[in-house]
Amino acid sequence: MRRIPLLKQILVNAFLVLFCIATLYPVLWVLKMALSPSQAFSLSVNPLPDTVSFKNFADLLSASDMQGNWLFGHQLFNSLAVSLATTILGVFLATTAAYAFSRFEFPGKRMGMSAFLVTQMFPGVVMAIPLYILLDKLGLLNSMMGLTLVYSSTAVPFCVWMLKGYFDTIPKDLEEAAFIDGASRWMIFIRITLPLARPAIVVTALFSFMTAWNEFILAATFLAEEKSFTLPVALQSYVGDYSTDWGRFAAGAILVSLPVMALFFALQKHLVGGLTAGGVKG
Amino acid sequence: MMCNCKHGSAIMRTLALSALILYLLCVNAYAAEELTLWHSYRGDEKLALEEAVRSFNASHPELQVAPLAVPHEAYANKLTSAIPRGHGPDVFIFAHERLGDWSRAGLLAPVTLEEKELERYYKSARDALTYEGKFWGLPLALKSAALYYNPRLVPIPPKDTDEMLKIMREISRPEQGVYGLAYEAGSFYFHAAWLFGFGGYIFNDKNEAELNAPANIRSVEFVQSMMKERLIPEEPNAALVAQLFNEGRAGMVINGPWFAGEISKDVSYDIVPLPIVSATGQPAAPFLTVEAIFMSSKAKDRDNAFEFMCYLADDAAGLRATTGRQAVALTQPLLPSGKQIDPLAARFLLQAPYTVAMPNHPLMRAVWEPAAQALRKVMRGAAEPTDAMNRAQLQLRVLTRPAPPEKSPSPYIALLLLIIVALIVWLLVWMKRHEGWRDMRRAGTAYAYLLPAALSMILLLFLPFIVGTAVAFFSHHEGEFTFVGIANFVSILTSSDYAVNDPLSFYFTLVVTVLWTAANVFLHVTLGMALALMLRHKWLKLRGVYRVLLIVPWAVPNYITALIWKGMFHKQFGAINAFLAWFGVEPVSWFSHFWTSFAANVATNTWLGFPFMMVVTLGALQAIPADLEEAAEIDGAGPVRRFFSVTLPLLKPALLPAVILGSVWTFNMFNIIYLVSGGEPEGSTEILITEAYRWAFTRQEQYGYAAAYATLIFVALLIYSNGTRILMKEKT
Repeated sequence: MRRIPLLKQILVNAFLVLFCIATLYPVLWVLKMALSPSQAFSLSVNPLPDTVSFKNFADLLSASDMQGNWLFGHQLFNSLAVSLATTILGVFLATTAAYAFSRFEFPGKRMGMSAFLVTQMFPGVVMAIPLYILLDKLGLLNSMMGLTLVYSSTAVPFCVWMLKGYFDTIPKDLEEAAFIDGASRWMIFIRITLPLARPAIVVTALFSFMTAWNEFILAATFLAEEKSFTLPVALQSYVGDYSTDWGRFAAGAILVSLPVMALFFALQKHLVGGLTAGGVKG
Repeated sequence: MMCNCKHGSAIMRTLALSALILYLLCVNAYAAEELTLWHSYRGDEKLALEEAVRSFNASHPELQVAPLAVPHEAYANKLTSAIPRGHGPDVFIFAHERLGDWSRAGLLAPVTLEEKELERYYKSARDALTYEGKFWGLPLALKSAALYYNPRLVPIPPKDTDEMLKIMREISRPEQGVYGLAYEAGSFYFHAAWLFGFGGYIFNDKNEAELNAPANIRSVEFVQSMMKERLIPEEPNAALVAQLFNEGRAGMVINGPWFAGEISKDVSYDIVPLPIVSATGQPAAPFLTVEAIFMSSKAKDRDNAFEFMCYLADDAAGLRATTGRQAVALTQPLLPSGKQIDPLAARFLLQAPYTVAMPNHPLMRAVWEPAAQALRKVMRGAAEPTDAMNRAQLQLRVLTRPAPPEKSPSPYIALLLLIIVALIVWLLVWMKRHEGWRDMRRAGTAYAYLLPAALSMILLLFLPFIVGTAVAFFSHHEGEFTFVGIANFVSILTSSDYAVNDPLSFYFTLVVTVLWTAANVFLHVTLGMALALMLRHKWLKLRGVYRVLLIVPWAVPNYITALIWKGMFHKQFGAINAFLAWFGVEPVSWFSHFWTSFAANVATNTWLGFPFMMVVTLGALQAIPADLEEAAEIDGAGPVRRFFSVTLPLLKPALLPAVILGSVWTFNMFNIIYLVSGGEPEGSTEILITEAYRWAFTRQEQYGYAAAYATLIFVALLIYSNGTRILMKEKT
């Protein structure tokens, strides 16, 4: 590999550092509010905390319901379970559908693709009550299963489009070679196509996870017990009719965003580097 | 081959994990409780409630109460969805304002209480819970605003407005950000205190809303004069009020009991009733909200429910007044031995006689928006009080116009059937002509791959959407739906109730929405792509760190970050204007003009949205063989040429879906508009989805009209996406 001029390295790094600072600047207030003992919203120009107290975090982590259940533990578990289940179900539904769209010709293909796109245009305002009735009829109200189904079907259309676009960039030669060697469709799909599409799968997985991880309106409406709530619902309960406990909300916002960042950190080596399409040609 | 085996085991692990999760999801232990209680209390009030429930449960072993705290934002919807379907609570705590809507919609059961018992509650509380001659729910607590003051700045609190203005003139140093009085002057909730003090009213003798009554206008003139003298801060919001008071930069604050929790420990304060309006000699009277415990019409056992209601309203009143710090609605609560009513609650009880109960009239819900817009317009100096209030009255009349006449659904059903039959016939003919059946049989595998996703789409997205859209052909009025045919669509599309260039008009909002979408998508894609291209280089040692730091805006819940951005755009105290001041730019009043307000929205949403595009581009970049670019470089192509002729065309297939979907999401991006500009100035920066939301929830629950709006949003998006696809095809 060619050497990169030192000046260019310094300039790019300097730019990125400045850009990161600008990006993180608004988040500093979240940190400031989380660390300050007052529950007021901080507006001052200076986003650095003047006092440091972990009381808000302690309040959040130690909350329990009337039966003495440790709420944070339950809710973290619920959130993780729903989000991971959504990710797995969402990616499963999306990879199979996207593969069909990318590798087969069949009547209704174009209409099917449009139908997936069209669902993203449904405004949420009209969906909530019919969904409630539907889940009620299916007996899935107040269950994590119901939420998982709703979240993954919300995430699937993007994932299908994204994966279809990526599958299209993967040359078909390898698959055809395997087909001649006698491998079945399913084998080819699992063993060849999916590993090659790893970067796109990571993007869709992250997206599905986020869809479930931050949602609270449906979760709060469908679930009927405090210990079955997800974390965003618990977080949103600090927002009241007249005022908000900003300190606790900010602390909660930080706790909620940490797993996302950890997940991204863990996944990013699959997102970039590793397998590249260059390997396909070999 | 090695590689393949590894993936095989990865799949096994994934399957095992999913099986485990599925198992855990299904084991959902549900303990049957006898009486469910929903509320949205937090802090001290929640503690007191739980203590009351605990002692009730201890003394009633046969009847166990199970409370559930629901976030306020989802609470009303949860109640209205759950109660009619039998999943609601037996009893619930709510403010009295929705009483009119809910009793008419059949969600509530009326209660009967003996005269002697009733008289133990404050009269204002009893009145608030009376609707159409019946008594609904037992009053728990009174909530209103009062006057907080800082004794260090204001040694003696004012008795009337003349004294108050005198104190304000002594203290205020607007250029240093110090004010005599700080309150949310742009909120009609707080303004109402002055309005009633000036002898004004919302509903006249004929029970019609009349916002432009002369006394109402005088109250707005009073605030206008304080604003002109710069005795109160500009663009006041809840956060600013708290900040000024905590920093000793506001002598007085008008706020409710919840404000006490936001005051720093080191700031001393006291609370008195609001001053008398000197011009009329009447006390300024804030709105009174009565929190009450209501019985669901579907309560399993009404006697049990009523027993607990009485316990909470009466026996537990002392507990609520001490531990819960509530201004309880019972005149003589029995206090726990050795305890006093909480001082904060006691102060607010002094204000209680001089309050006006929030009208429980369903029309009230349409008043807030026009009234607040009028106030803000006057405070910005964009209109005189008389004009502003006249306009508010006009707007209110539009919002509360009578529902369209009822129509017979039969011709519509016939038409619908005809369309369905025609579609089926067309499909069959098409299949026959194009040998579709043969192709379909051959493509069996493809359908098998497609089936799981297609099923979940149809069941969980299409079905609810069709049901939800059907509402567009109805009109919702106080809990009842009537079929009105296409009247809602006609009214929206012909803009029959307002001028085409009025911010309320569909076409005005559509143009804003398109601009909003175009600006955002352009910025998201360029910024995201630029960063992704920079962050893929191997020689960039810290690229992993940069990447994780740059997705932070996506990771942090946007409810809080959007509000932080709103704070940064504050004219006097925001970071953006402070930053611009370094370059000698005069402070910009961001939310007073359309374009600056629009820019503030776009800036916030760009910040929130670029990480997603960056991640997508990073993934898409992997589809480009590195040697292609190197080859182009060796051929002597410069970086710009390389980007446009090699990188971009190769990125396109993987990036296009994200761009198309990104624009669809931005089109419907509700939170940012709602939280940052809130439609300011005068609703002009609203987009279609926020407008639909307002029709559904803040303008008298016109669900039918909102659903028609939502359907039109859908149609607009459909046209847009087909348009872009045709454009793309022409290009390639």
